[in-house]
Amino acid sequence: MTNRSLSLLTAYQRKDYWGDKMVVVYSENQKLACEMLSKARELSAELNEKVTAVLIGNGKDQLSSELIIHGADKVVMTGASLSDLKAEEVSDLLCALAKEEGAGLMMIGSSKDGKELAARVSSKLGVGCSTDSKKLYMRDGSICSERVVFSGNGVAVERFTSRPAVVTVPPKAYDPLPADVGRQGETVRKELPYGTYGSRTVKVDPMLSEGANVEDAEKIVSCGRGFKNSADIKLIEELAGALKGYTLGCSRPIAADLKWLSEDHWIGLSGHKVKPKLYVACGISGQVQHVAGMRDSGLIVAINKDANAPIFKVADYGIVGDLYQVLPKLINAIKART
Amino acid sequence: MNIVVCAKQVVDVGEIKVNPSSGKPMLEGIPKKISDIDKNACEEAIKVREKVGGKVTVLTVGTPDAKERMKELLAMGADNGVLVTVPDKADHLVTSTLISKAIQKMGGADLIICAEASIDQFSGQIGPRVAGLLNIPQLTYCYKVTAEPQKLTAERNLGDRLVTSESSYPVLVTVTKEVNQPRLPSLMQILGSAKKPIEVWGTSDIGAADLKPGIETIDIKGVAMSRKNIVFKDDLDESVSKLADSLSKEGLLG
Ligand SMILES: Cc1cc2nc3c(=O)[nH]c(=O)nc-3n(C[C@H](O)[C@H](O)[C@H](O)COP(=O)(O)OP(=O)(O)OC[C@H]3O[C@@H](n4cnc5c(N)ncnc54)[C@H](O)[C@@H]3O)c2cc1C
Ligand SMILES: Nc1ncnc2c1ncn2[C@@H]1O[C@H](COP(=O)(O)O)[C@@H](O)[C@H]1O
Repeated sequence: MTNRSLSLLTAYQRKDYWGDKMVVVYSENQKLACEMLSKARELSAELNEKVTAVLIGNGKDQLSSELIIHGADKVVMTGASLSDLKAEEVSDLLCALAKEEGAGLMMIGSSKDGKELAARVSSKLGVGCSTDSKKLYMRDGSICSERVVFSGNGVAVERFTSRPAVVTVPPKAYDPLPADVGRQGETVRKELPYGTYGSRTVKVDPMLSEGANVEDAEKIVSCGRGFKNSADIKLIEELAGALKGYTLGCSRPIAADLKWLSEDHWIGLSGHKVKPKLYVACGISGQVQHVAGMRDSGLIVAINKDANAPIFKVADYGIVGDLYQVLPKLINAIKART
Repeated sequence: MNIVVCAKQVVDVGEIKVNPSSGKPMLEGIPKKISDIDKNACEEAIKVREKVGGKVTVLTVGTPDAKERMKELLAMGADNGVLVTVPDKADHLVTSTLISKAIQKMGGADLIICAEASIDQFSGQIGPRVAGLLNIPQLTYCYKVTAEPQKLTAERNLGDRLVTSESSYPVLVTVTKEVNQPRLPSLMQILGSAKKPIEVWGTSDIGAADLKPGIETIDIKGVAMSRKNIVFKDDLDESVSKLADSLSKEGLLG
């Protein structure tokens, strides 16, 4: 390490150098905000900073006490004049808040909105950002974050050398603190500056959902492009039925391109991360991006007609064969054993 | 219309092997390629140019060998390339600053297209960061883009809802894998791409010689996974019955 970076590092480690006064928590998803507050409390004790939660837009007044009883010292309500919470304006508000009040760490919920927001905020503040942080901790006076890289093939340990450290946090990474109804906190309304931009929201449509909850499923039977048409999905439904306690999953093209199943079934790097006791992959090649979402499953079974398909490398049991022949036989065999 | 496609050379993550003793991913000697969805970004840029006219520039921050990969995008139909030499220590802060400075040196762009995310980092940071640095609108996760001379309309997948947005130019767009099917260049186009110019700029050429990253990667840990890898490939009836017996033994049929 050069002298220069060494002296910079020690300077960063000296609390007074940062001039940071708070950990900022922001997500439009109230549950996720409470999960982050729990982690923020833990870190704020180490950093000796206050925890500030942010509410943006109008009509959010009643949410403030909820954030305080779950760990916020202060709630800042801002952007009351914004009816459309676009990343451009919201990032201006968060940057203004960070600068005005001295943020040392900003935790933003890792929804798609949160990710694009955090990246824009970091660029405007000229600092680093760790997306989808799985673990967040202090080590030798620096904030460190761990995140999945190489499409699931590694976990990077990242150390912040800039402040505020900006991270996005996925749902369910931390347990929320139990509600402490006696907890006192301050709620302030604050108008912060934001710019005007040439973009606007024309229309918002709900995302079609079939209500699959793959994240909590005990057994998942998944389909991929090995299926020739959407009607054939009944084959995995039957298999899933024979296995009892099942949920259907799928690869990205089945949901995103073909739309045979809604996106709540989509498993992988860009979809849901699952860890059932049993995961059955039918007609799925097993590209790294799919495996990234199901590698923590208890037992993995693969059915694929190509003996060289990468899915077999990550499977406990596999059958090389045409799923149109294998599945009916397997359904019968399972029924005979239960 | 001046269109810039941001494309990145990455290691082919599907080819990464695990070091058996350390359990860490081995990154040396892995083939490199253009990050998958960056090809969709390039395809979309070409489609926009076909509709409203203009020029498509491929912009890469990378090592000198990235030039070869950039030619694939020129063969698809991009007009020219700019390769900015990546400094030793580059995080998203450094890379996005170099991209925005390079775009400024080009005289600006009306439309900048990035992928929703790269296959090695999968952070989706570069697009919004570049938009932030240039202080322009960002339309992310676009699965349909309609460009007209005065405005651009995009249909966006934000995970929990579908949003239609529009913007004046300049605007930065990030596209999903579903936005299009990247064309495969013909042999003629591949040969022709050799004549298309790729300029190489150093960090000092764009006034960004002294950039410091905001994050240091201090370790890459492995993600070990051990599986039984029992594959039945002989008689189908026998295979099925062995699999069903195994599942039953594992207590998974109850
Ligand atoms: C940034 C990024 C993120 C991504 N995120 C995800 C993600 O979250 N989830 C995801 O799934 N993908 C994701 N992908 C896409 C991923 O790379 C693969 O393209 C995708 O997983 C392939 O889906 P598939 O296995 O269904 O289709 P294919 O790769 O086309 O595989 C079909 C398989 O079916 C087999 N088959 C065909 N016919 C039969 C038959 N009759 N019987 C048995 N087997 C048969 C074939 O041998 C083949 O192996 C992502 C890609 C990128 C670039
Ligand atoms: N080094 C780079 N050079 C050019 N474009 C890049 C670079 N890194 C990232 N990008 C663009 O930003 C997208 C998102 O990358 P990432 O933030 O790494 O997920 C990529 O798909 C590219 O379009």
